[in-house]
Amino acid sequence: MREQDPQVRARNFEEVPYGYTPEEAVEEAKRCLKCKKPSCVQGCPVNIDIPGFVGQIALGNFWEAMKVMKTTNTLPAICGRVCPQESQCEGSCVLAKKMEPVAIGNLERYIADWEAQQNECVMCEMKPRTGKKVAVVGAGPAGLTVASDCAKMGHSVAMFEALHKPGGVLVYGIPEFRLPKAIVEREVNFVRSMGVDLQLNYVVGKLKTLDDLLQEFDAVFVGTGAGKPSFMGIPGENCLGVYSANEYLTRSNLMKAYLFPRYDTPIVRGKRVATIGGGNVAMDSARTALRLGAEKSILIYRRSREEMPARTAEVHHAEQEGIEFNLLTNPVRYIADEKGWVKAVECLRMELGEPDASGRRRPVPVKGSEFQIPVDTVVVAIGNSPNPLIAQTTPGLETAKHGNVVADPKTGRTSKQGVFAGGDIVTGAATVILAMGAGRLAANSIDEYVRTGQW
Amino acid sequence: MLKKQVLSPGIKRFELDAAEIARKALPGQFVVLRVNEEGERIPLTVADTMPDKGILVIVFQEAGKSTKLLGSLNEGDSILDLIGPLGRHSHIEKFGTVVCIGGGVGTPEIFPVARALKQSDNKVISIIGFRSQDLILMADEMKSVSDELIVATDDGSNGNKGFVTDMLKKVIDRGEKIDHVFAVGPVIMMKMVSKTSEPYKIPTVVSLNPIMLDATGMCGVCRVDVGGESKLACVDGPEFDGHKVDFDGLMARLRTYLPEEKLSLEQYEAAKPKGGCCGGKGGCCA
Ligand SMILES: Cc1cc2nc3c(=O)[nH]c(=O)nc-3n(C[C@H](O)[C@H](O)[C@H](O)COP(=O)(O)OP(=O)(O)OC[C@H]3O[C@@H](n4cnc5c(N)ncnc54)[C@H](O)[C@@H]3O)c2cc1C
Ligand SMILES: Cc1cc2nc3c(=O)[nH]c(=O)nc-3n(C[C@H](O)[C@H](O)[C@H](O)COP(=O)(O)OP(=O)(O)OC[C@H]3O[C@@H](n4cnc5c(N)ncnc54)[C@H](O)[C@@H]3O)c2cc1C
Ligand code: SF4
Ligand code: FES
Repeated sequence: MREQDPQVRARNFEEVPYGYTPEEAVEEAKRCLKCKKPSCVQGCPVNIDIPGFVGQIALGNFWEAMKVMKTTNTLPAICGRVCPQESQCEGSCVLAKKMEPVAIGNLERYIADWEAQQNECVMCEMKPRTGKKVAVVGAGPAGLTVASDCAKMGHSVAMFEALHKPGGVLVYGIPEFRLPKAIVEREVNFVRSMGVDLQLNYVVGKLKTLDDLLQEFDAVFVGTGAGKPSFMGIPGENCLGVYSANEYLTRSNLMKAYLFPRYDTPIVRGKRVATIGGGNVAMDSARTALRLGAEKSILIYRRSREEMPARTAEVHHAEQEGIEFNLLTNPVRYIADEKGWVKAVECLRMELGEPDASGRRRPVPVKGSEFQIPVDTVVVAIGNSPNPLIAQTTPGLETAKHGNVVADPKTGRTSKQGVFAGGDIVTGAATVILAMGAGRLAANSIDEYVRTGQW
Repeated sequence: MLKKQVLSPGIKRFELDAAEIARKALPGQFVVLRVNEEGERIPLTVADTMPDKGILVIVFQEAGKSTKLLGSLNEGDSILDLIGPLGRHSHIEKFGTVVCIGGGVGTPEIFPVARALKQSDNKVISIIGFRSQDLILMADEMKSVSDELIVATDDGSNGNKGFVTDMLKKVIDRGEKIDHVFAVGPVIMMKMVSKTSEPYKIPTVVSLNPIMLDATGMCGVCRVDVGGESKLACVDGPEFDGHKVDFDGLMARLRTYLPEEKLSLEQYEAAKPKGGCCGGKGGCCA
């Protein structure tokens, strides 16, 4: 797919890939072999009918393609852009063994963008109203999926979101240049158009507790995500100029700080910015730093390139844009100037030892290898843990060690009758499509529960 | 907005139509609001509620662009987003004798706490401090919920010169047993109050106001060091044990955006129509 030139795009917030032309889309779709046992579908966590929609694109039937898509996925423009296809559908595509797999993600994105340009939009089939009421807490991908599925099944759905914009990480975390906010808005509006009542600025656990909601609703779904940022607990983390990735990205994305002073929320436009971590969040932060005007955007990651959890495409994009990778390097403290502002990060070199519980080789510090990197801004992107608010205010809701809500992976049922949960709040920080998959399962068991009343 | 009052220069009191929040909010909690699409998320303490009328009261000081913009709104205007109640509420019980200290715009914030303490049968001694007499706020209201009220001014223009810490010292030195101190005001004042009460081992609760963004525990900007542990003021606070707070760290972090705040304010002032934000009609730009 054609992309913005790395030199140019590293200084703007516009989307990196341009998307296919219709001809390119048809041509790519024609590469699909229409396998009898499509391994791509197995590779997809929500089992989208991939040969089905790809086949329609190959025939030039874009409208039909979108209809096939919407039976299983209401957020295709988002998935097409952010799913780790290389390890899911595309990774399992039979063509991947010999040559390039079918670019399933790009086609998914194409068909959704094509629909957005039409005056009409494919509507989902809506079942007759059941009179049952479902509350959904959190308007991230998990919540949005539950809401749209339950609405389709005929239940009336109210969704409660703490922030002033719906979308969860899709609006506050993932940057505009990777996922334009207008696209999220469009897909959220589609969910609303199915009759979902979305209440913003509504913090469940504060304004109403889960128990309050259970009085009014037949079932409640909790999809509150993994919003709480982790810090390493090393000296100097509270000095000025040290951000959590959540803060950095929320300022830039949700609050549009990159448009300051037109928008009122400020952000530090560092000249030498270090980002700590190696996941998607770290890539997004390091690339945002460049776009905010950094002369040098430095990534510090304690393992090697192979272990980086970020999507391959994003690591590649980051490298093209000139982000400096410091691999096998771990920060040990931040050093502040006389005004309390960070001026350097002290690091240790690392070596890879034996594999640890995660199966990845464990980084071991090299003794006496301390060195300093001069910086004026640091973004800590080493992970998030579950948002504790609901668990704290809901007696009887079982949680695991790190505060994750315990839910049956097959049904989304929690320890509390009538309460379902899914997405990052259950699994810890994961992916959009896994959150959606959990939402889909939960919606089905919510449907069963509200119809039968059986727990 | 149902009602707007100018309490003293640059300090405004709004009554907002927000029934659900008004019914739920307790002393010590706060709300976050955003005036318009381009606006910042501004945290403000719940200064009062009238649950039966569905009214939420905020009192704020015009500090920079965002609070000035908020202050330029008039009765009948709407606020784009209003989120709350947030944070933990004050821990109120019968302690015995408590001292409630408000500094400047901290006074309206300490008021609901003092009232709740009074209602829980505490003996309430209130100390409120201002720079000068014309800045005195809510003295009558504070009086109505206190067994004793001491009003101090930095310059002595009301006849009682000194800082709130001087007054606190005097009260302690009277020899009366004091069981608890609550303080809200500028960070430096809360630091000094905590330092004053510490040698006497009087438990002291302060309400911190670090920079906040989401105020739901998601971004981490509001982290403060309390007794060597990193706490999030928006969900773990905003009230903390004053003897354990790293006030210097908090003060440093509040300076993070000084250049940006200055720029914002300058641009705002430059774009404002002559005769103030109300176009000279009066009422808003006292
Ligand atoms: C910067 C970044 C980049 C990422 N990049 C990718 C990527 O490229 N590909 C990918 O697949 N995944 C990516 N992820 C991960 C992915 O975004 C998450 O796994 C996914 O969003 C989880 O969805 P969710 O619905 O469980 O939670 P979230 O998206 O976190 O949504 C939870 C929502 O609940 C709301 N909420 C929380 N508490 C309450 C409450 N008490 N009351 C009401 N509302 C509440 C929150 O405000 C939020 O809107 C990325 C994550 C980040 C942070
Ligand atoms: C829990 C809490 C309760 C508060 N309650 C009140 C109240 O009842 N009345 C009142 O007058 N003020 C209160 N404040 C402070 C108020 O939020 C700030 O004065 C306001 O955000 C400043 O915005 P500004 O753009 O007008 O000023 P700016 O020019 O942006 O800043 C002026 C000063 O305000 C502080 N500040 C800036 N942004 C924030 C922010 N997002 N959060 C916190 N502080 C900030 C900084 O110290 C800064 O130097 C409270 C703050 C917190 C955290
Ligand atoms: S595995 Fe690849 S070739 Fe086979 S159906 Fe799926 S996309 Fe087409
Ligand atoms: S304001 Fe973001 S965590 Fe407290």
